Amino acid sequence: MSVIKTENLTKIYRMGHTKIYALDHVNLSFEKGEFAGLVGPSGSGKTTFLNMVGILDKPTEGRVIVMGKETSSLNQKEAALFRRKYIGFIFQTFNLFPHYTAFENVEFPLLLLDLSTEERKERVMEALEMVNLAHRANSKPSELSGGERQRVAIARAIVKRPEIILADEPTANLDAKNSYNVLDIMADINEKLKATFIFATHDEKVIKYLRRKITLNDGKVVKDEVMK
Amino acid sequence: MIKFLLKGLIRDKTRSLFPFLTVTLGVMLTVFLYSYTQGALTQMVDYSAKFATGHVKITTRGYAAEESQKPLDLALVGVSSLIEKLNREYPNMIWCPRIVFGGLLDVPDEKGETRIQSPVAGTAVDLLSKPVEIEILNIKKGLVRGKLPTSSDEILISEQFARRLKVNPGDKVTLITNDAWGGLAIKNFRIAGTLNFGVDALDRQTIFADLKGVQNALALDDAAGEILGFFKDFVYRDIEAKMIAEEFNKKYGKPGDELSPFMRALSQQPGMEEYISYIKDWVGIFIAIFIFAMSIVLWNSGLLGGLRRYSEIGVRLALGEDKGHIYRTLLGESLIIGIFGTVAGTLLGLGVSYYVQVHGINMSQLFKNATIMLPNVIRARITPGSFYVGFIPGLIAPLIGTALSGIGVYKRETSSLIREFAE
Ligand SMILES: Nc1ncnc2c1ncn2[C@@H]1O[C@H](COP(=O)(O)OP(=O)(O)OP(=O)(O)O)[C@@H](O)[C@H]1O
Ligand SMILES: [Mg+2]
Repeated sequence: MSVIKTENLTKIYRMGHTKIYALDHVNLSFEKGEFAGLVGPSGSGKTTFLNMVGILDKPTEGRVIVMGKETSSLNQKEAALFRRKYIGFIFQTFNLFPHYTAFENVEFPLLLLDLSTEERKERVMEALEMVNLAHRANSKPSELSGGERQRVAIARAIVKRPEIILADEPTANLDAKNSYNVLDIMADINEKLKATFIFATHDEKVIKYLRRKITLNDGKVVKDEVMK
Repeated sequence: MIKFLLKGLIRDKTRSLFPFLTVTLGVMLTVFLYSYTQGALTQMVDYSAKFATGHVKITTRGYAAEESQKPLDLALVGVSSLIEKLNREYPNMIWCPRIVFGGLLDVPDEKGETRIQSPVAGTAVDLLSKPVEIEILNIKKGLVRGKLPTSSDEILISEQFARRLKVNPGDKVTLITNDAWGGLAIKNFRIAGTLNFGVDALDRQTIFADLKGVQNALALDDAAGEILGFFKDFVYRDIEAKMIAEEFNKKYGKPGDELSPFMRALSQQPGMEEYISYIKDWVGIFIAIFIFAMSIVLWNSGLLGGLRRYSEIGVRLALGEDKGHIYRTLLGESLIIGIFGTVAGTLLGLGVSYYVQVHGINMSQLFKNATIMLPNVIRARITPGSFYVGFIPGLIAPLIGTALSGIGVYKRETSSLIREFAE
């Protein structure tokens, strides 16, 4: 069974009288443990697709089925619960909470899951170790480099062991060395946790790591290829 | 989770310290302004109290019934023994006998013939043996020319009146009036000094004379039209005054006896209740406007505080927090800040008000033209309202602001909330 499946997924934005097809009848499915990426020019609908899968936005038309659930049937609260359990996000701009330490940032998703203090601590440290930042647990984002911040964000996304990790341009604000470092870590986590990764990216470095590359243009899938 | 949010609240000064300080400052200003206007209100009543009504006033029952005529045939008699008793029974009050009279003031020329005559409104006050009356009437401050009377043949006259009559300190004038029994009374006075009241009604034709002299002239031996009573701290307390009056009337009043003494509190005297509620209305409107303005400021800070956090909220939503929970935590934070800020602001405001209540703000430098009506020192006054006015702008306003900005959390799509992070 696919972890994610879209059927005729369409998102239309209205700008005055003109309709923008951010996504135009997209049919895609992703299996557990995939390491896939959406590529394509700016404005082709990559972010929009991730937002639909992450249930941050509702489709105009068509269906998104995540973990066997049709997402449009979920109300706001159920959608939040769904994200809490199954979906991790990694953003281009890291989006860490600036007033919390690395540890606390990573801990946040677990607070929503009502775990005991010890269990939280164990899991947070484990996640920070996976991104090689256990020694910076007590640092604030402002004390970390860009690469380190993105690694904290990765730890925050994986700490709850989600089925799906959605990463929108995760390397766009990183230099080459940090990009490779972060990609190595994500590939490693993908291997270990068997989580499904979907990227949205322009970055050649990211594309080199992908095992599946889906090319979008004007909201349509124009190519869907397996990489070696 | 709550611990987590509180940590953020405390660490993020723009979310905790600054709004807290804004609320504190706003509430402090509100509380102080409120107390200050309460003080001003009291002072406005003060003029009436000092010149006409006292905090309480004793007259005969008959005099009270025809107060506007000031009927001296219905004056109180045996005043000195009554005041002695009052001093014993009400040690916290000061008692001031006065006679309010009318008549004609005759100004002679060099030959002793009438040069000019004018109606006069006179008040006889114990100027010589009761220095507190000089204080109460603020006479030293209002003195324009001349000096205070040193004998019961001397009077004070309003400066404007003196100019109109073309008289100066040292000049002789004659009061022509009726005595208490309707007979003609004529009394010569020398002008000791002139006064500036700052109120037209008084500046036009007022004189102050010594009580003894007027008692003699009007055949009012040991009698007075009115005895004004003042609380020693000169703060009018309506309930207390009414209680004193009731108690006094029970003890001394003989219903049906026109000449029995009868006490009324300031607010029970003709026109005063309306006057007080009139001033209160204006003060109320003034304070309402101020609170409204302050509320808008603090409402806005609540609103902006919420708007600034859309991106953070977007991330929290993405991580799986639901909108209702976020909304409640926003309100909770606003409530915490509001409570702390309001309590701190109220305490500070009360502190400042208390200082100004005790020490007053000396305005004498500000107003060069000294008059009796303008008090030297303006005092705040803490009333029960001082304790809770601050809660409207301090607690309710930012809460509403937060509540409104938080609605955006519901209205917007989560993805667009996150997008605002980068911008
Ligand atoms: N909230 C919105 N309102 C209106 N139009 C939108 C909105 N969000 C996206 N769009 C439009 O939808 C289209 C797809 O946008 P999307 O952000 O998915 O592109 P993208 O492939 O992620 O581009 P980039 O590589 O620049 O991130 C664009 O034309 C964009 O202008
Ligand atoms: Mg994008």
